[in-house]
Amino acid sequence: MTAEIKPIHQNGMVDVQNVRKIYRRDSQEITVLNGIDAQVAEGGFFALMGPSGSGKTTLLNLIAGIDRPTSGKVFVAGTDVSQLSEGRLAGWRSVNIGFIFQFYNLIPVLTATENVQLPLLLTRLSKKERRERALMALNIVGLTDRADHYPRQLSGGQEQRVAIARAIVTDPKVLVADEPTGDLDSKSAHEILDLFDALNNDLKKTIVMVTHDPRAAARAKICRHLDKGVMIDSEERELKDGVR
Amino acid sequence: MALPISYNIRNLLVRWRVSLLAIGGVALVVGVFVVLTAMASGFRIALRSTGRTDNAIVVRKGSTSEIISEISRENAAVIMLDPRVARDSDGRPLASPEILTFLNLPRKLDRVLVNVAVRGVAPAAFKVRGGVRLVTGRLFRPGLLEVVVGRRTRDRFGLNIDMPLKIRKSNWNVVGIFESEGSSFESEVWADLQTLAEPIRRTQDYQSIVLRLTDPGSLQELTSALESNPGWQVEVKQERRYYEDQSGSVTASLMGLTLFVSIIMGVGAVFAAMNTMYAIVSARTCEIGTLRAMGFSRSAVLISFITESILLSGVGGLLGCLLALPINTITSATNSVNFAELAFAFHTTPLALSIGLIFAMIMGVFGGLLPALRAARLPITSALREI
Ligand SMILES: Nc1ncnc2c1ncn2[C@@H]1O[C@H](COP(=O)(O)OP(=O)(O)OP(=O)(O)O)[C@@H](O)[C@H]1O
Ligand SMILES: [Mg+2]
Repeated sequence: MTAEIKPIHQNGMVDVQNVRKIYRRDSQEITVLNGIDAQVAEGGFFALMGPSGSGKTTLLNLIAGIDRPTSGKVFVAGTDVSQLSEGRLAGWRSVNIGFIFQFYNLIPVLTATENVQLPLLLTRLSKKERRERALMALNIVGLTDRADHYPRQLSGGQEQRVAIARAIVTDPKVLVADEPTGDLDSKSAHEILDLFDALNNDLKKTIVMVTHDPRAAARAKICRHLDKGVMIDSEERELKDGVR
Repeated sequence: MALPISYNIRNLLVRWRVSLLAIGGVALVVGVFVVLTAMASGFRIALRSTGRTDNAIVVRKGSTSEIISEISRENAAVIMLDPRVARDSDGRPLASPEILTFLNLPRKLDRVLVNVAVRGVAPAAFKVRGGVRLVTGRLFRPGLLEVVVGRRTRDRFGLNIDMPLKIRKSNWNVVGIFESEGSSFESEVWADLQTLAEPIRRTQDYQSIVLRLTDPGSLQELTSALESNPGWQVEVKQERRYYEDQSGSVTASLMGLTLFVSIIMGVGAVFAAMNTMYAIVSARTCEIGTLRAMGFSRSAVLISFITESILLSGVGGLLGCLLALPINTITSATNSVNFAELAFAFHTTPLALSIGLIFAMIMGVFGGLLPALRAARLPITSALREI
């Protein structure tokens, strides 16, 4: 462990404590998350599985700080996310979270490098530094030669790699990925998962990943299942913890 | 930090079909608006300025224009003494006998020769006609070959103070510039009645007499009194009516209709343009969600989309102004028909153009604001769901 000072409440990089999420529509209440506890250690690789509608995306959004729990606490990278104001939360996300989406969510009118540089517009880096950083990130995902291509000129797998470069370019502590291989063929999915492994092992990124794909989940160090808003496997299935 | 403007420009270029539609919509509105303003101002001037309702004009029976009219000086002297004619403080009748001739002058713009009216007036003209005012220089002196030039004549023919003007073989001198609240007199040249009468051979008659009435209600009475004299063969009309009737086939009611139709069109186009903006922004809801997830603030997103919308409407506004400009050529073509000029004197003035552009910007702000606000207000999680 590093000598970092951590708030007394928090265990690990992500600590979800007794979280409930209730949506109110008209008079109806839908309990999407019903008392969730989950921890992800620093440098952990956490996979979240479960049937459609079980609340996976909802939980991931809470961890990523783009949504707030109805009750409970969500600590991420030393901050109680549920307590931050919206403005502060935006600033916090830009430093701490890297997003990876199922449909990549690249900006179609921007080239690969420009897409990757986008999060850096929120930093004080100069134009030159931004470009250098973006190229570095593209180098990590192995797409330096596609730097000036537009998303439509790339394959799905390549697009997702650009999106990963965009997610890591600000050097965030946590990467959140919602079905990152959901739209890819198995070969591309395999490459993306290899990349996740590398980010986790070499760059020590903490990864929280939602997936339907058992092969994707098998790459994670911890895999847990959500069903109807509750974690159904309370004891953690430690997969490949430790030596690989 | 804000999103780069190149992002907006590229978005507009990529969605060029939709952009073009929006630009076209805004251009249409602004074009209609500019033409409308130009028309309205021109028409307002034409209707308002030439002629007063408390003046009567006397011409020879059947003279649709002053130029073909004549009234002998003998008869005129009697007419001017009619009891219904108002008098000044010295007891002189407020009556303005006038003569008229045309000069062929080259227009400054294209050197094309067009008719310019030269009016010979007595000192009473300045009291009776009303609204005539010297801008620079001085008035002509009786007996000297001097003229004063209307503001629009100066602008259209480049006739300025101290410039020579040839009228029937003699050289006259411009000594002053006058305006008349935008009425058709501004397109004329005025000289002393007696001095001008000689060279244009009008020493025995006048062409019109304008009379100030003591009571505007007595016009009917005056008309029947003067017109019933068989020896005079004159026609009496309210001065404003007289110029309105001359102003061509486009009547006020027709203009009203045009105005009405244009306004309806404008309103429709505003909504069409807004709708297009709405579509442009709505199509990018997921993109907005992505940007905000990354940490871009609501205001950054809002500013970016409004910028894009203003960019779009700005181009549309410019295009609209450009489309509206040809109205000027229509104007000058009709201008050459002397009196008709006042009816069609609508120019796309810089003011109308700037108002049109500002109007476009406002449309951009509003067209972009509503959908951008919606997009920025939407919870990030919901925005991300909209693929
Ligand atoms: N804004 C909302 N308002 C109301 N209900 C919502 C809202 N967002 C999500 N839900 C509901 O919450 C439940 C969980 O949604 P969530 O997206 O987290 O599921 P998921 O596990 O990610 O499913 P999938 O595997 O299909 O992506 C669903 O029943 C959904 O209808
Ligand atoms: Mg989901």
